[in-house]
Amino acid sequence: MELYELTVHELMDKLDRKEITSEEIIKSYSKRIEEKEKDIQAFVTTTIDTAMEKAKNINRENSKLAGIPIGIKDNICTKGVKTTCSSKMLENFIAPYNATVIEKIENEGLISLGKLNMDEFAMGASTEYSAFKTTKNPWNLQTVPGGSSGGSAAAVAANLVPWALGSDTGGSIRQPAALCGVVGLKPTYGMVSRYGLVAFASSLDQIGPITKDVEDAAILLNAISGHDEKDSTSVNLPKKDYTQNLVKDVSKLKIGVPKEFFGEGINEEVKTSVEKAIEQYRKLGATVEECSLNIANEALAVYYIIACAEASSNLGRFDGIRYGYRTKNFNNLKDIYKNSRSEGFGAEVKRRIILGTYVLSSGYYDAYYKKAQKVRTVIKQEFEKLFEKYDVLITPTSPTVAYEIGTKSNNPLEMYLADLCTVSVNIAGLPGISIPCGVDSQGMPIGLQLIGKPFGEETIIQAAYTYEQEIKFREKYKPEFKM
Amino acid sequence: MQVEKEEILHIANLACLNIKDEEIEEYRKNLQDILNWVDIVNRVDTSNINETICSTNNINIFRKDEIEEFQDKELLLQNAPEKQNNMFNIPKVIQ
Amino acid sequence: MSREDYEVVIGLEVHSELSTKTKIFCSCPTEFGGEPNSHCCPICMAMPGALPVLNKKVVEYAIKAGLATNCKIANISKNDRKNYFYPDLPKSYQISQYDIPLCTDGYVEIETENGTKRIGLTRIHIEEDAGKLNHDEYSRGSLVDLNRAGVPLIEIVSEPDLRSAEEADIYLKKLKSILEYIEVSDCKMQEGSLRADVNVSVRKKGTKEFGTRTEMKNMNSFRSITRAIEYEAERQIEVLEQGGKIEQETLRWDEVSGKTFSMRDKEDAQDYRYFPDPDLAIIKISDEMIEKIKSELPEMPENRRERYIKEFNLPEYDSNILTSSKYISDLFENAVKICNNPKAVSNWIMTDITRILNEKEQEPNEIPFSAEQLGELVILIDKGTISSAIAKKVLEELFENPRNPEEIIKEKGWIQISDEGAIKEVVLKILEANPQSIVDFKAGKDRALGFLVGQAMKETKGKANPQMLNKMFLEELNK
Repeated sequence: MELYELTVHELMDKLDRKEITSEEIIKSYSKRIEEKEKDIQAFVTTTIDTAMEKAKNINRENSKLAGIPIGIKDNICTKGVKTTCSSKMLENFIAPYNATVIEKIENEGLISLGKLNMDEFAMGASTEYSAFKTTKNPWNLQTVPGGSSGGSAAAVAANLVPWALGSDTGGSIRQPAALCGVVGLKPTYGMVSRYGLVAFASSLDQIGPITKDVEDAAILLNAISGHDEKDSTSVNLPKKDYTQNLVKDVSKLKIGVPKEFFGEGINEEVKTSVEKAIEQYRKLGATVEECSLNIANEALAVYYIIACAEASSNLGRFDGIRYGYRTKNFNNLKDIYKNSRSEGFGAEVKRRIILGTYVLSSGYYDAYYKKAQKVRTVIKQEFEKLFEKYDVLITPTSPTVAYEIGTKSNNPLEMYLADLCTVSVNIAGLPGISIPCGVDSQGMPIGLQLIGKPFGEETIIQAAYTYEQEIKFREKYKPEFKM
Repeated sequence: MQVEKEEILHIANLACLNIKDEEIEEYRKNLQDILNWVDIVNRVDTSNINETICSTNNINIFRKDEIEEFQDKELLLQNAPEKQNNMFNIPKVIQ
Repeated sequence: MSREDYEVVIGLEVHSELSTKTKIFCSCPTEFGGEPNSHCCPICMAMPGALPVLNKKVVEYAIKAGLATNCKIANISKNDRKNYFYPDLPKSYQISQYDIPLCTDGYVEIETENGTKRIGLTRIHIEEDAGKLNHDEYSRGSLVDLNRAGVPLIEIVSEPDLRSAEEADIYLKKLKSILEYIEVSDCKMQEGSLRADVNVSVRKKGTKEFGTRTEMKNMNSFRSITRAIEYEAERQIEVLEQGGKIEQETLRWDEVSGKTFSMRDKEDAQDYRYFPDPDLAIIKISDEMIEKIKSELPEMPENRRERYIKEFNLPEYDSNILTSSKYISDLFENAVKICNNPKAVSNWIMTDITRILNEKEQEPNEIPFSAEQLGELVILIDKGTISSAIAKKVLEELFENPRNPEEIIKEKGWIQISDEGAIKEVVLKILEANPQSIVDFKAGKDRALGFLVGQAMKETKGKANPQMLNKMFLEELNK
């Protein structure tokens, strides 16, 4: 067995027992990247050479994670290494500082293998909106890996990195994880510092792990979570050890199944697979009940209004003055602004800026933005009601499995519907995890989503772990790199 | 809400984006479709509901008034498209 | 219709930089000047991913300003984004406050010819300052310096209660004095730390509705504000008298020509798209916090003025002037503590010190010497060590090269001659040289005595004790 096939906790055991060295791990990944990156196209930037250097000098005395490699979504600022957000706008941008999560993982001795592809500025659900390359799904190279953290999910699925950091604004960790047959965890809003995460929608963005299994997700969450004074939305709570929840037991678990996520628009095979998983939970001793979240569709609309409004403001700083793309075609300041932004941003980013600017503009603010923020309160209340009765909610992660590259990107509305199952979690700031629950008739992975109460990561990790240990997806299915 | 061509141009101007003549209709239709669709938020009764302002319950998150200088100042201008005397160069602004 | 049939209506939006050590949303120093872009970090330079954290002092200072101007303090407040593109605004939005500012509904009382007048304050809110654009003649472009970006400001918005340029001037000076008293801003106008947007409209006397207003932005001297208001009011009246209409617009005041110019840019109809900043937390102000800040408020100018009248027996006029600037008032009080002669200190401040400041075009807080040194100076006069003529020279010296007055007079040899023998010697010498004056004096011309004393002062380079000279000349002449 190759080292790159192992999970991180397996690598840690071997490092602990001194069976292997960090250098050997990096070499193994280096070889794997050389072989497979050309098929997958997951990286925007690779840093294998510096990774090798770091591995040579690694000190494992202070951290069990020291010497383990990792991949980083390219919207998380890394000092000295390009952070592009997969946009022409930031094609050559080198951040002058590290994101707080980068400081944290560096302190743990984790070694970055590089920056991973994504939909431009995290806007998209297929990674087709990267300005640089289209990342392929390792299960079928004709299909998308999902998005926006498609590079992260595909790299983990293809064993190009043992685990990766993604970011999730409306499903961008969970949906690609589902489509690539890996685990993706979006923590509660405020659990992980956003300092240094290039903002898409500030009130929704959250960084989280994409991993091969639930245990690795718990380990990485331990490493990146915690209060940060640099982020005013970071929550100050006592630090927890989520590996304590790697316990196979759901006997006391009360599961709600919101019926709105099993209706129209959800692929039949996805539905069947998730329903089978729910049945499995029942067999494992959990109480399962159908329930209703009757504002699921509205949540999607609320999401697009709020996310685009915030994005239109957040992306104002890309003006061609201090950093980033500057047009060559200008006579005056107005030209610099308009041409740099028009040439530097891709079509989807511009579409969302236009929508966001519109809903904030005078005359429409109350009808759209303010109304959406009120509905947001209602959505939160609806979730609160459900969580009075249930510990977790189960839904499909994505309405479909990975689709063929190029088939959806021309219809933005259709693409937005792909976020149906995931966005309400961001709207309400809740934690959610996607784990593989099976494959469809074409052998493409299907993900199920567990949604927890605010700061209920322990519960969803335990529920996810129990199911994972039961069905052993990783042992049964592997990406085939189907051409 | 009916989106007019002029509105698209006004919004694009606010957002500092150019829209070519041949793109206007596409942007307009696109925005119109999305606005028609997001209109479902109006199905929700929000009388007596306050809008969400913060995503967390955090209140009074303050910093102490203590100077801490950024250590890598030389990196702040490394990405500048054009600079002069440690300042960002832009076309002349008439005030 | 004539000028007298119109009434001018003025509202002011005053921006004042707060004197915190650090910027409003990052830990960079607020210090004025410095190498370009040296007081910067990823946050105030709006690097991708950087996030703001609010400086607590800014909130406290704004509340302090609100309490000192009789405002209601909000229980809940928040920060909003004001979106527009300009190269001095790195994020392309300014973090400000929109619908729930920290302070509302206050007032400031000003003294006018017609007595005390109350000027309403609509609101006081906190926001960040923008950077600076340098326009180099030689280069083809402008240069962006972000040292000032993120320096905290309060914006104080008045009701349209002011009715003349003079009232606006008094109001501004009063506001400046209040901000200095409570020590939230140093109000250095030449450094741009106090600036005003001026809204002017005119209407026929007796009308209720306001006329259409025009706005002049970023004015930073009292003199230009007064001149601009006067000019703009005249211009508007002229337009109306000609049957024209005032257009609501932003104007630029040109100091050199003394005129306002339209900055019309129709393409850029502004729409700031305010919305709550999702990067910042709600601000909740407890009653305890308000009480604590209230208890820390210093004695305000009105109270000091009353005390000066009662405690020091100073005339109301003098008390008014002394308390109009906190710096002056503190200088006065601390000097009095040293010399215990309020009337003398007051006189020095109101006459010579004010005159020198005017000549040098300096603000009171630029006075280079200390209150102790001023107090010492008064003591030297009171003790008869120097004459007031010498004292004036010492004062000039204090402005040039401040040090202990006693040191100055020793060094310069300015100690007053009070020795009877020495004085007598001079008196006799002067009398001998001016026989005509003796004749004049005896003939009843009192002016002659003044002339002789003057000659004696000249002879001693002003060092002779004038009272003694007077006395001795009289003795000799009456012999």
